[in-house]
Amino acid sequence: MTNKTPKTTNDIKKRSKLVELGIRMWKEKPLGTVGVVITLILLLVAIFAPLLAPYGMNDVHSLNALQSPSTQFLFGTDNLGRDILSRVIFGARISVIVGLMATLISTVISTFLGILSAYIGGTFDLILQRFIDAELSIPNLLLLMVIISMIGPGLWQVIFCLGISNGIGNTRMIRSLVIGIKENMYINSAIALGAPTRKIIFQHILPNIMAPIIILFSMTVPWMILNEAGLSFLGFGIPPPQPSWGGMLSGSARKYMLLDPWMALWPGLALSITVYAVNMLGDALRDLLDPRLRGGVGRYGGKVKKKDQVKNKPAAAEGSISTD
Amino acid sequence: MQAYIIRRLLLTIPTVFFVSLIIFFVIRLVPGSIIDKMEAEFGAGYGVTKIDIAGIKHELGLDVPIYVQYGHWLDRIVLHSDLGNSLWKGTPVIDDIKQRWPVTFELGILALIVTQIIAIPLGVFSALRQDTWGDYIGRSFAILCIAVPSFWLATLVIVYPSIWWGYMPPIRLIPFSVDPVGNLKMFIVPAIVLGMSGAGSNMRLMRTMMLEVLRQDYIRTAWAKGLKERVVVTRHALKNSLIPVITMIGYQLPVLVGGAVIIENIFDLPGMGRLLTDATTSRDYPIVTGVVLIISVVLVFINLIIDLSYGFLDPRIHYK
Repeated sequence: MTNKTPKTTNDIKKRSKLVELGIRMWKEKPLGTVGVVITLILLLVAIFAPLLAPYGMNDVHSLNALQSPSTQFLFGTDNLGRDILSRVIFGARISVIVGLMATLISTVISTFLGILSAYIGGTFDLILQRFIDAELSIPNLLLLMVIISMIGPGLWQVIFCLGISNGIGNTRMIRSLVIGIKENMYINSAIALGAPTRKIIFQHILPNIMAPIIILFSMTVPWMILNEAGLSFLGFGIPPPQPSWGGMLSGSARKYMLLDPWMALWPGLALSITVYAVNMLGDALRDLLDPRLRGGVGRYGGKVKKKDQVKNKPAAAEGSISTD
Repeated sequence: MQAYIIRRLLLTIPTVFFVSLIIFFVIRLVPGSIIDKMEAEFGAGYGVTKIDIAGIKHELGLDVPIYVQYGHWLDRIVLHSDLGNSLWKGTPVIDDIKQRWPVTFELGILALIVTQIIAIPLGVFSALRQDTWGDYIGRSFAILCIAVPSFWLATLVIVYPSIWWGYMPPIRLIPFSVDPVGNLKMFIVPAIVLGMSGAGSNMRLMRTMMLEVLRQDYIRTAWAKGLKERVVVTRHALKNSLIPVITMIGYQLPVLVGGAVIIENIFDLPGMGRLLTDATTSRDYPIVTGVVLIISVVLVFINLIIDLSYGFLDPRIHYK
């Protein structure tokens, strides 16, 4: 019983924090809210793809190939007579899986290596950082192309390759965060008290870099989605007939785009809207979670001020005088 | 300053070493032997027999332990500037690269110029009008640049103008030395498409840096002196906010090269990116290793030059 009580209060606290974050997002970052809504729609589309898609993703209607949008095929059909809308809907699934899974792998790697590099320091850090320098100098797309051409294209290959290569690069950011925290007094006192390294890392360092990790996560998801599309476009990503948004724009489809320009439009539009929305979400999240970015006309400026002025004029007037 | 330059130069050595190590071992150690793949895919058509396989193994130096292979490989590159021969054509890889690099170089330079032409004025504009409609539009445009992938933009540029106006991008490469105008005409559309993708993040950085500088005391002094807006912005603020933008160029170059690979494929430009995708598809690994190695080492040195140039660009920076 005694173990259970703090756990539940903790849960309530966590949920209220999330709700509070949502309310702040709604009030202060309208564009971020739009991002959240589109991202949620994307997630729902990905989860319920089989229910939403009017046809199967690889159903061939050969008599209706290269059709323009109509009531029967809302987005038209491609060169093989497959319904483009259905393929775009199933494509969302691939983008969501790659975006989330690859980012998860990347975040775990960069957090692990970043903390290790900063905490151990010394020669280990020096050598690891040169290795990361080298990895960052090799253009990611080139390296991924070469690796995937060796191990063969496929969903999980793409996820692991994207996750690992991006994770190594992102290590830099986590490392610099940990170096900043490592010098704090509470870490020194924990060491002085004889706390084991594992405890220091998990109880003192990790909670303090959680917000930047969440921000990094949200910034990495669109990168992953774009790179998966780029790789699939070049033929080194998700192999056809799987409907990846990047892959739908490449290969044999390109020959028919002049006959049916709608084919060139939809997958790219879906991709751009997705990346745009997730970026907006990430930006808003960064502004809300990073206290250093609240300066200038942020939390206390702009709209908040105007609202206060309407509600209780004298107090707001005083405030504005003192800030000017 | 001298000590810093020497230290920075020394740090470049392990980086280049790791670059060569990564490229070498990625190709050798990733599951799936090159020979098996070649045999499986091209074996029948190209008449590869057992003897040929042994020959290719020897040609690639695959018949000795892996660390010996690495040693041989490095020795050939460093001492003889020999990247090996193409598996299919038998010609030296370095010749292919020599022939192809100007295209990628020109595309990259033009794209960088396009990026900065869009990013710097827009970033300054957005910063000066922080949190107004102008700023919102500028920032939305920046995220649009990031969100629209270059391969889609390029596809649209190829598909729609040709349907609407019958426009076709030129197909055969016109060398700059033969017809500079025709050459630029050919490169400008791919360069704009490629440059747009970098413009978004650059514009955002420019805006942030400008905002930071505009809050400094010396800018207030400049305003208080009664200087014109143009002078304050260009001479006092812009100059000081450009340094992180230059760093950003260094970081973005690998992305730019990745984008160039895609753009060269779409617009059929015979550059190094095209060479690489063709070689990867036909599993011509000496070319693949050669191209990736050359590009990466060049990027290491460009970043070195950028790092060293700060001392000259910003008198406040003194290296110890």
